[in-house]
Amino acid sequence: MKDHYSLLVIGAGPAGLAAAVVAAEQGLDVALLDEQAAPGGQIYRAMESIPAERAELLGAEYQRGRELVSSFRDSGVDYFPNTQVWSLNHKLETGLLHDKKPAMITADKVLLASGAMERPVPFPGWTLPGVMNAGAGQILMKAHGIVPADGVVLAGSGPLLLLLAWQYLHAGVKIKAILDLTPMRNHLRALPRLPRALLAGHYLLKGMAYKRDLKRAGISTLHNVSGLHAKGKEQLESISFTHRGRQQALETDLLLVHFGVIPRSHLSRAAGCAHNWDNSQQYWRPQQDDWGQSSIDGILIAGDGAGIGGARTAEHAGRLAALQAAHDLGRIDQQERDGLARMDRKWMREELYIRPFLEAFFHIPGKLLGVPNDDTIVCRCEEVTAGEIRKAVADGHRDSNQVKFLTRCGMGPCQGRQCADAVAHVVAAAGGQTIDKGGQYRGRPPVTPLTLGQLARLYPGETE
Amino acid sequence: MQSAKKDMFKRLDDTPEKLVTVTIEGQPVVVPAGETVAAAVLASGIGYTRNTAVSGTLRAPFCLMGVCYECLMVIDGQPNRRACRHYVEEGMIIERQHGPGDLPT
Repeated sequence: MKDHYSLLVIGAGPAGLAAAVVAAEQGLDVALLDEQAAPGGQIYRAMESIPAERAELLGAEYQRGRELVSSFRDSGVDYFPNTQVWSLNHKLETGLLHDKKPAMITADKVLLASGAMERPVPFPGWTLPGVMNAGAGQILMKAHGIVPADGVVLAGSGPLLLLLAWQYLHAGVKIKAILDLTPMRNHLRALPRLPRALLAGHYLLKGMAYKRDLKRAGISTLHNVSGLHAKGKEQLESISFTHRGRQQALETDLLLVHFGVIPRSHLSRAAGCAHNWDNSQQYWRPQQDDWGQSSIDGILIAGDGAGIGGARTAEHAGRLAALQAAHDLGRIDQQERDGLARMDRKWMREELYIRPFLEAFFHIPGKLLGVPNDDTIVCRCEEVTAGEIRKAVADGHRDSNQVKFLTRCGMGPCQGRQCADAVAHVVAAAGGQTIDKGGQYRGRPPVTPLTLGQLARLYPGETE
Repeated sequence: MQSAKKDMFKRLDDTPEKLVTVTIEGQPVVVPAGETVAAAVLASGIGYTRNTAVSGTLRAPFCLMGVCYECLMVIDGQPNRRACRHYVEEGMIIERQHGPGDLPT
């Protein structure tokens, strides 16, 4: 690893891979850092090692990542897998751990392609062993060929729930039930956005085909479900929920939940990039221009980490950001940049036709996000309940960071990754204010675990 | 504590990869090389993987992508390792973490 690159890309999902390939084509000196052992991100995880029949089970959308991964391998980019980035600042200094060794490197441009994470939504019992994210279930299947042994319940709202159910069906996994927590009123909310979504009709057709296959297989899907509650003493034993006005119960030892995805913004926040609350998409997104340039000069953000658009959009955004970097660094003039960007811009626009519809259709109800029961744990690490957060609000605190100081929510090992948005929702609901008013947790380096010994090794002359 | 329970996960019959032997809570387990510790532990059926520092309640991996920090375990004597971010190695010793995790002395 050198101590300076012209472009440093962080993240080896679709945005990062596409960006690295284009930047290398433009003659930039590129390094790509990624926390995983192999390229592909979460969406194309294990692409190079997956057995053919398992790839088949995952469907065509997964397999189309193969080309991207192989073009990255051919690109000559300096690639550092198994690398944790623990800090980034406005001077474009990046602190990292590679092979357990610390390093601090600089770059003329840094492109963050950190991707998405599942939206954490607190509900009673969500900390029990046996309750996991649907994305975790998909990772187990994709990367490891591990699937639920004997009946699983899928619950929540969002396209991934349907996709995972369909993938499980093909893998012969027994699905006990699918509980769709999308409220009925969302259908009306989404209707005006349907005509535009039809321009990206292949996505809608795919969703309908998944539904049809599940129905034909006789898998029970309950719609308009609310009041999800996971129960068990030391491990999940059953769940209860409300359907058609009636409380129901199901025995299960595995519940996979999903409430959509949000940008994984821990690093961009810790770096100090400005973020705004997006009410339609229900998450904080970094401010950026058409080329991915953030509020900090030289830090670009592309892909789902900048706002959810899906894998294909991420590829286009990654290429656009790489072209901008090449332009800023004097490799191509403005006209060349715009010419090379033209098709990506067009395709990206077409990809995004579906998003407003999906956002409205899978809009998570404010009650679910902002009004958990008093006893429900919101901060999983420090075990801070919704009741304690509301008490802090009642005592006059109206800011996420104040509530954090007071209750310790967000101060545990995950550094607020899981509870940041949930706390913001609860504070807003309890304080009768909008989310942006309550602010967002401040992130601080190191954003991933680092021992004092590792930190000290950065400055060997001064320590021994 | 959970040993009497039936397994939550099973393996698809498609993993011809190289195998390694690790020790999970004192039991030798043969798992595919290249697997994350979290995946190996979930497939082993041991149930919970830690109890919390605050109240001692039981937890298990939740996100498997490095953002929830629920899968903290003791790996080869080192506490607070994210099991989803570490890969199995021949002879690795994997243990549940009790409370905050004591550093080896």
